[in-house]
Amino acid sequence: MSRFFVLLASLLFAALAFAAGIATSEDMKYLYDYGDALYYAYQGEWFEAIARLDAQQAQTRGPDESEFDAPFSYSDRLVGDFELNYRMHQRAGRAMKAVIEGNVKDDLRNEAIFRLARMYFQKDQPENALQAVELIRGAVPETIRSDLAFLRANIDMANGRNAEAVTILKDLQSEKSIEGFSSYNLGIALLKNGNEQNGREYLDRTGRIKSDDPATLAIKDKANLVLGEKLLSENNFEAAKQMLDRVRLSGPFSNRALLSSGWTDASRERFENALVPWSILAEREVTDPAVQEAMLAVPYAYSRLGVYSTAARKYETALKAFGREIEKLGASITSIRQGKFLKVLVREELQQDANWVVKLRELPETPETFYLLDLMASNDFQESLKNYLDLEQLRKKLEAWSGDLVAFEDIIRQRSAHYEPLLPAIDREFSRLDSQMRLRLEQRDLIEQQLQAMLEAPRPDLLITADEHAMSERIAHLEKMVTPQSDEAGQRFGERVRRLRGALYWNINTEYDKRFADVREHLHELNQELESLHQQHAAFVLARQAVTESYQGYGDVIRDQRLRIKADREKVQLLMVQQGQVLEIMAVNELSKRRDRLEEFQVKARFALADSYDRASKAQLRKRDGQ
Amino acid sequence: MFILLRGFILPIAMLMLSFPAYAEEVSKEQIKSLDEQVQEIKTDTLSIATQMRLLEEKLLYPSSTQVAVFLSLDKAAKYRPDSIEIQLEGKPVTFHLYTVKEVEALKKGGVQRLYTANIKSGEHDLQVLLTGKNAGGLEFYRDENFKFSKDAGPKMVEIRLINAADQIITLRDW
Repeated sequence: MSRFFVLLASLLFAALAFAAGIATSEDMKYLYDYGDALYYAYQGEWFEAIARLDAQQAQTRGPDESEFDAPFSYSDRLVGDFELNYRMHQRAGRAMKAVIEGNVKDDLRNEAIFRLARMYFQKDQPENALQAVELIRGAVPETIRSDLAFLRANIDMANGRNAEAVTILKDLQSEKSIEGFSSYNLGIALLKNGNEQNGREYLDRTGRIKSDDPATLAIKDKANLVLGEKLLSENNFEAAKQMLDRVRLSGPFSNRALLSSGWTDASRERFENALVPWSILAEREVTDPAVQEAMLAVPYAYSRLGVYSTAARKYETALKAFGREIEKLGASITSIRQGKFLKVLVREELQQDANWVVKLRELPETPETFYLLDLMASNDFQESLKNYLDLEQLRKKLEAWSGDLVAFEDIIRQRSAHYEPLLPAIDREFSRLDSQMRLRLEQRDLIEQQLQAMLEAPRPDLLITADEHAMSERIAHLEKMVTPQSDEAGQRFGERVRRLRGALYWNINTEYDKRFADVREHLHELNQELESLHQQHAAFVLARQAVTESYQGYGDVIRDQRLRIKADREKVQLLMVQQGQVLEIMAVNELSKRRDRLEEFQVKARFALADSYDRASKAQLRKRDGQ
Repeated sequence: MFILLRGFILPIAMLMLSFPAYAEEVSKEQIKSLDEQVQEIKTDTLSIATQMRLLEEKLLYPSSTQVAVFLSLDKAAKYRPDSIEIQLEGKPVTFHLYTVKEVEALKKGGVQRLYTANIKSGEHDLQVLLTGKNAGGLEFYRDENFKFSKDAGPKMVEIRLINAADQIITLRDW
């Protein structure tokens, strides 16, 4: 029993530690990369969180790299945490083992060992957890030092190494973050190690802690209840009463505390006092075993006080309540056997409510779930239920993806129908423009080469304008008309033609530097235009490539995905049937046991009722005789 | 009588021992085996999810035209967002109503991928319209206009809701 308390305490603590770990982690260098995944993780949507991180890692990892090739990064640690929360212990364990066996620094390695050990411990594998923590060597990160020590103590206790646990836990008593848990566990470890007196002192100390934290208050109640019941079993009623009365009236352990508190008084024949806690308890939720027991204990106390008529009435009330509960249990069992239980569990609107387990009990149309809260007390049932709900989530996702693939194929078909007729003409036009562009580029290159050569050997003739070129040709034509045999008029004409040639030559040569600078300026402008042309060309090539990629090359991927989805849907369906059967068997077994217990209570109540009537009659007779 | 009733305090587990065994029982091995199979199918399905996400991104949002709008909330913000609307070039493109869980996730540092779409290269107008409640529980409305530029690669912008007296909506251009 106490081992269960230790496990519960450590699990409570582990859950809080995880939440706190993410919430306060400021060292998020890659917050942006992982922020999307964290958004889902913080909402408890672990599948979405892991899927986003996996996709992000798949995009950044090379095609030949495996997930274990990369160093132990922040991303790996996040995935590990997410996987543990999604209860994928095997995958998380494999990743952590890869880190532990890899070439990493001590602190990272030790952090991975801590996570692996915690996982084993949560999976109720204390031997494996012990083997893991014994691998720790060298530096331990400051952030996990106390958590690791606390975990190690819990593992030691689970393995019966209570003396070792006591040594560790004594050093943790000043650790504020685990206040209550460390002293409670130390108390239990001391008791199990045979050190009764010290063990009780630490439980007592835990039971007096002042705190506003709900988890600390719960462990405080637990300590008082454990110590109170221990003292009660030793017939130390006065001390037991003090401990049990320290348990809050509204906490998770209040029902058991009220019941035991009543017994500390009843055991000392103080039945009036016993009626106080029992009467409070008897008015509470009737599905609770402690409440059912109190419904018998109250009339028992009245009967011991000699108030037989009240006792008889209370027994009748209890009998009616037991009858109703037996009926409800019977209806629940029938309903579960008809398969209604599983259908209610996956109702979407209930999943949105954090308090859904309690809500289910209040729905009149779902008798199969009246005792769900009590079933949830079993760890196996809880785990099986979570698995069933996870499978239902997978089923919905796989179904949605099947539909997505059909939509993808439709998109691809439409794109193909749209682009295929257009592309040949577009490609032809592009090819023509591409050839033109190449030709112009060659011309530009030639001009640049000539300009480069003109820096060393000026060539004014290459920089003449079109008008000058025409004029030069006309002058050349005129020059041919001038002959040495020309008359005087012909000689004057020849002189004028030479002056024209001279004037043209003068202009070309005197303006050479300016023209050269102008050409370089124009070439620069041309380069800018060409740069823009290049960008347009590249954009077109990208767009053209994107068009092809928008509908080509998906056939194999979609076919492969469809096959995988189909196979997984079949597996999920089969697993849901198996997991559902397990849940139904567990539920029916538990509810049948409850019904049997209530039937036994019924027999006792009937017997006690008859006894009360008998005593009431006798008392009345005695009273009449006396008169 | 007292002894009879005192027996009720015995742990329920003890009581159960006296009951007859039921027709069907579930063994620990059976539970463990099922759990392992569930873990395997989760791994398989996650792998499909990764491929589906990559396929969807490649098919629907090619990198040359992709734009993604993210939203983050300052941890110190003393207000809570109720709803947000995004407009591109003056046209509403997405609207989101926040649940308590979502606001908590944002406050802890989660970043919401608010909108993914395809747009052409060049300058774009982004308008953000926010409603929420301030520390006193009073409703408020804010809107801001931003410009961002899209080139050949995928574009990511982050709307940051900060803790400030005047302009609480800012844009981080990645």
